[in-house]
Amino acid sequence: MSDTQEKPGLMSRPIPAPMVSVETKPFWDAAAEGRFLIGRCHDCGKAYWYPRNTCPHCMSGDTSLEESPGEGVIYTYSVMYRSPTGPYAIGYVTLNEGPAVLTNFVDVAPDGLSIGMKVKVKFQPTEGGPPAPVFAPA
Amino acid sequence: MSIKGQAYLMGAFEHPLRDAPDTSTAQLHAECARGALADAGLSYLDIDGYFCAGDAPGFGGMSMADYMGLRNVRHMDTTETGGSSYIVHVGHAAQAIAAGKCSVALITLAGRPRHGGRRPGAGMAGGAGGSGLSDGPPEAGFENIYGGSTHNTYGMCAMRHMYEYGTTSEQLAWIKVAASTHAQWNEHAFLRDVVTVEDVVNSRMIADPLHLLDCCVVTDGGGALIVTSPEVAKSLKRPKVRVLGAGEAPKLPLGGLDLDLTHSGAVWSGPRAFAEAGVTPGDIKYASIYDSFTITVLMQLEDLGFCKKGEGGRFVSDGNLISGVGKLPFNTDGGGLCNNHPTNRGGITKVIEAVRQLRGEAHPKVQVANCDLAIAHGTGGSLGTRHCAATVILEREG
Repeated sequence: MSDTQEKPGLMSRPIPAPMVSVETKPFWDAAAEGRFLIGRCHDCGKAYWYPRNTCPHCMSGDTSLEESPGEGVIYTYSVMYRSPTGPYAIGYVTLNEGPAVLTNFVDVAPDGLSIGMKVKVKFQPTEGGPPAPVFAPA
Repeated sequence: MSIKGQAYLMGAFEHPLRDAPDTSTAQLHAECARGALADAGLSYLDIDGYFCAGDAPGFGGMSMADYMGLRNVRHMDTTETGGSSYIVHVGHAAQAIAAGKCSVALITLAGRPRHGGRRPGAGMAGGAGGSGLSDGPPEAGFENIYGGSTHNTYGMCAMRHMYEYGTTSEQLAWIKVAASTHAQWNEHAFLRDVVTVEDVVNSRMIADPLHLLDCCVVTDGGGALIVTSPEVAKSLKRPKVRVLGAGEAPKLPLGGLDLDLTHSGAVWSGPRAFAEAGVTPGDIKYASIYDSFTITVLMQLEDLGFCKKGEGGRFVSDGNLISGVGKLPFNTDGGGLCNNHPTNRGGITKVIEAVRQLRGEAHPKVQVANCDLAIAHGTGGSLGTRHCAATVILEREG
């Protein structure tokens, strides 16, 4: 249970264990240490999300994961009310490095979200898996 | 017409690994693709056709095209026939090339059965996560855990569209009003009550800003189509509906730079279909437009060119989509919003109602006068993540 669930009115949501592959294990190992990694291509130099071995900008295989502060602004969101665990927010964050990240917004009331709001990553325990990145108001 | 001499095999690559403990299935696909491209002397930007089968992780061909960054794909084929799939794909690629649907087709196969990679053909849509180092859709760990459904991922699109263009819930509601106005005449429609703008905006919120009545119905059922040669068509006793043009286009996040959720793949599939048909949006008498949600319709109408980007809200208002009232009669069966959305896949019902309109066999209360040209358009997947848009232009002959 995250501590946010004890604050009335603030959204939270139980997160299932993420699927971890041999390709994405380094990301999830870093997540367990509280570090947020994004993809970076050494050929075209661009950052990308979601983490993978192949650069989705130029198809190069010369890539690595790099640590990101996980800061950005909300590109869009939707608060889901048809939920047995209470309302929750899904949306995209545009990271300062450029890529948009699909995520849940936490520690914020349903009417407290807005496009352009500054947010920062934090890690939330999952149900039997490594912690997952979610975003909260910065 | 034959494919004889119409296509060439110019790149081939066999992955050197026979045991891949440290390489994911998606990565193997990409490495094979890079190998074949290098062999041919071509770039990933040249690829405009992508072919894969059940071994490709993810949703149809879309997950792998997105993983690899294939941004120019205008033809996809995921025919699954087991181990012969890739030979089938060569034939299909040649047909597509001969028809001008693509010019550089990529066919990939990869898997890792020695390391618990899921068996080919175990389902194309992928699972919802899970523990262990099994291969799944490459994006699954980063997307499937956040409670994304069609409702809230389309809600994200509506939210951004409202932010950028000032689109309102009342404007979206007019789309449902039009569908319900048509559905009242369809004895098979799941919902036959005519609703008002107020009914829609006062219905309970499902996924902000989409209300219950912004959402399509959930129905069982199905449909089928028969497509024939001109010779067979001539021999039959039914009115002839001719296929004039078709276009398709995946829209993929491609690493997440410059994400724009205010448009769909229809911005590419539509112009391709119109160009092949030799007609323009202004010529269309009836439009079947995929209506999983009201926002789906609004975005696609803009993207297909029925109005300018951002003006969809005004375009759909005041009954403009109602047969006999507005300028662009749409979904006269009641659409997915009221009539039917069999097994959460609305594409086939879009074609079926277009056929009825072109034959003059729609309900008399919604039949479009002199309906000789129609469009059937849909998007599959999610407008909020990755989807494929498909457009066909149909004409009544004679």
